[in-house]
Amino acid sequence: MSVTLQSFTQYAPGSSRKILDNINLTVEDGAFIALVGPSGAGKTSLLRAIGGLSPVYEGHLLIDGLPIGHSDLPKRKTGFVFQNYALFRHMSVARNISFGLDVLPRKHRPDRADISARVQDLLDLIQLPHLAHARPDQLSGGQRQRVALARALATEPKLLLLDEPFGALDPIVRRTIRRWLRELHDKLGLTTILVTHDHEEALDIADRLVVMQDGRIVQDADANTLNAYPQTPFVMQFLGETLEFAGEIQNKHFIPEDTDVLPFPVTENNGKTTVFIRPSEVRFVAHKGAAHILSQTRNPNGLYHYTVKTTQRTLDITTPVITEHAEDEKFGLDISQGKIFPNIR
Amino acid sequence: MTPARFSISRFILCGCSYAVVLLMLLLPLVLIFTEALRQGLHTAFSTLLEPDALAAIRLTAFVTIIVTVINTLGGIAAAWCLTKYSFVGKRFLIMLIELPISVSPVIAGLIWLLLFGQEGWWGNWLTAHNMQIAFAVPGIVLATLFVTFPYVTRTLMPYMEQQGRDAEEAAFLLGANFWQTLWQVTLPDARWALLSGILLTTARAIGEFGAVSVVSGHIPGVTETMPLHIETLYNGYQTVAAFSMAALLALCAMSTVVLRTLFENSFRKQPS
Repeated sequence: MSVTLQSFTQYAPGSSRKILDNINLTVEDGAFIALVGPSGAGKTSLLRAIGGLSPVYEGHLLIDGLPIGHSDLPKRKTGFVFQNYALFRHMSVARNISFGLDVLPRKHRPDRADISARVQDLLDLIQLPHLAHARPDQLSGGQRQRVALARALATEPKLLLLDEPFGALDPIVRRTIRRWLRELHDKLGLTTILVTHDHEEALDIADRLVVMQDGRIVQDADANTLNAYPQTPFVMQFLGETLEFAGEIQNKHFIPEDTDVLPFPVTENNGKTTVFIRPSEVRFVAHKGAAHILSQTRNPNGLYHYTVKTTQRTLDITTPVITEHAEDEKFGLDISQGKIFPNIR
Repeated sequence: MTPARFSISRFILCGCSYAVVLLMLLLPLVLIFTEALRQGLHTAFSTLLEPDALAAIRLTAFVTIIVTVINTLGGIAAAWCLTKYSFVGKRFLIMLIELPISVSPVIAGLIWLLLFGQEGWWGNWLTAHNMQIAFAVPGIVLATLFVTFPYVTRTLMPYMEQQGRDAEEAAFLLGANFWQTLWQVTLPDARWALLSGILLTTARAIGEFGAVSVVSGHIPGVTETMPLHIETLYNGYQTVAAFSMAALLALCAMSTVVLRTLFENSFRKQPS
């Protein structure tokens, strides 16, 4: 099931503030995409809009090429998992899962035996076959999460919308459920849209990341493209640790303000600018500056951590690369691997 | 460990509360039952079977059932609107709903008289169309409706507030329509709060005196509810009959209160 948004704009209730600002997004049939960004970026609003929970908007929202609410559109092909799961507290796990089937009009509703068989299948799928009669409040967070997923899957949706589904889970359960969800997506041929603020989670599970900021889509690309060609400093900073070096371009050379950082040739035009670079891409070049290492440690995760003192500032650099420089040796910093964003100073 | 002097003051405090409860609440009840049974159980029962007494019981039951049903439906609608939607004038509406609690029931009765009485705003029109509201059963129902309106809404609102909209949105996304969501998701979840509100409404409707007294006109056998009939009997020196009716009324009220406490306990036991 494909989803298309064209110049989609939504305002905060009773104000002119835009929650979603001119969103253009296409999710192809069978894709697994992640909406990422800081809190307040509009991820959940966008997901709710796609789910049909936001009746008031400008622009177009098409599901399989048809406007949402179109009468030809088969109903209930969307499964939604809420951040807090929103299970029905007064119903058993089995009743929760079968709810979407129980409320079908009589002529479309499967008979009782079919429904309970389907519930049992789903309970097996989420690996909780013995919990049919438990109440939601008797379950652990991870179990509730899976019940919420089973409830969303009971009506055999083609589109699955997940709002921070792993938020309340511990790291080990998170990783297991993440992998399991991805397998499920592939097995059932779903189209999945996942909201998360955790970029590592997004990189791990999704085919494509849609980075959002202040109600706008900043960049929409796969993980490699995002890493190699971030569109804005924000995208680069969001995806990992970033160092900034201010300076000026003169005659196709970047001249850093910091005298211990080495100039390098660039293609951009003259003017003030900033270089953004991943700490691991910084190289230490001996005898070319007055920078020196204040301290170095090896982190338990195998990375090296250096505190580097230049004449102007102190930098923390975490990198997989080991350097041969001794603590009292002087060197310059080579940042020629860094990125310059033309419109950012 | 609590220091000794604290446990002494606690003992005194508890003792005082018990004394007050026994003196102010239990003693009147005991008195009602002893007075009613002074000439034996048989006499007490036979006074309840007098035609006027039976009429009063029937009228009270009739009014209570109508009022409870209407106010339950109205209360659910009001609580739903006030907690699940935000709109202009919401605070004002909440204030209005609480009005019957703060306004004296006598004033509530007077309002209906001023509207529907012979001298009232719509009195002429009603007389012309041969309709009787004041000094008749419809007036009693209206007065009781007014007085007991807030209870279902006020017991439901805090619970619905805390429910949030998530479960309802989940139901909507799973394809449930408005009524399926209301009957299968929202109300079953709030059932203990709802039952508690209904019982409170019932208890108040059975016992309402002030408002009903003003609009009813005290016509024995026609517009006298149980509380009004008790007053009539007592003023007519029919002590045993008055106290027998009072005992019956007290039993009704007590059983609703006991039921309500039971429901509230099971509501609290429900882990959130």
